[in-house]
Amino acid sequence: MTPTLQAFVAVSGALFSIGLLAALSRRHAIFILIGIELMLAAANLNFIAFWRFAPQPHQPTGVMLAIFSIAISAAEAAVGLAMVIAVYRHYHTTNVDQLDQLKG
Amino acid sequence: MNNAAFILVAILTLAAALAAATLRKLMHAALSFAVALVGLAAFFFLLGAEFVGLVLVFIYIGAVAVLIVFTILLTRRDVGKDRGFNWAGVLIAFAVFCGLTWSILKTQSLAIVAPHIRALTVKRIGEALMTGYVWPLQCVGVLLTAALIGALILVMEEKR
Repeated sequence: MTPTLQAFVAVSGALFSIGLLAALSRRHAIFILIGIELMLAAANLNFIAFWRFAPQPHQPTGVMLAIFSIAISAAEAAVGLAMVIAVYRHYHTTNVDQLDQLKG
Repeated sequence: MNNAAFILVAILTLAAALAAATLRKLMHAALSFAVALVGLAAFFFLLGAEFVGLVLVFIYIGAVAVLIVFTILLTRRDVGKDRGFNWAGVLIAFAVFCGLTWSILKTQSLAIVAPHIRALTVKRIGEALMTGYVWPLQCVGVLLTAALIGALILVMEEKR
């Protein structure tokens, strides 16, 4: 008895929803970044699962996509955390509800 | 790949991710995030993509999680106050979860088992990266350089 593709995709969907929960419901900027990283991780799990369950998984296409996606999300995390530090230095808060200077 | 390992890893990953999303203390949430990524790497090992699992451990747990912890420590004065939830976001996330799970469970063509493949060695990944994927690789290198320089400029002290 081995797990089917359905089980992996269901886990990936649950992981994506948890990331969405963190990104939408928390007010601290770092929680929002953690949520975005969780959603990207769910996408990576989908890449690898669909690659593994494809009828002819001899080309390493899914693995390549996952590697590039990991590299891009590392760059995103670096820029995002730098922005959190820059915002904290200017406004002395990381609560995204209080960052409403551009509000009309 | 067997069911017991899958269920164990799934419970570990989802519980740690849920803790990362809902815990009050930011530091505990960051450490739960690292545990969730360990679970994800275990999934990659189960699926036969050992190289990607190792890359995930090195980059996410070695670099990104440490970066998050450093940022938490640098913005510490603001941390610790309880801010509660935005309940509209919780509702939206729950609706997305229900929709995704319903559609995945209804799709019968997803209920397949994995075919047997020969192991994907690091040698084959390296060959693919250096032949067919060499332009994407260069682009990612340029992107990473630009992103890291941009991050440095963002946090540089302004000269008075």
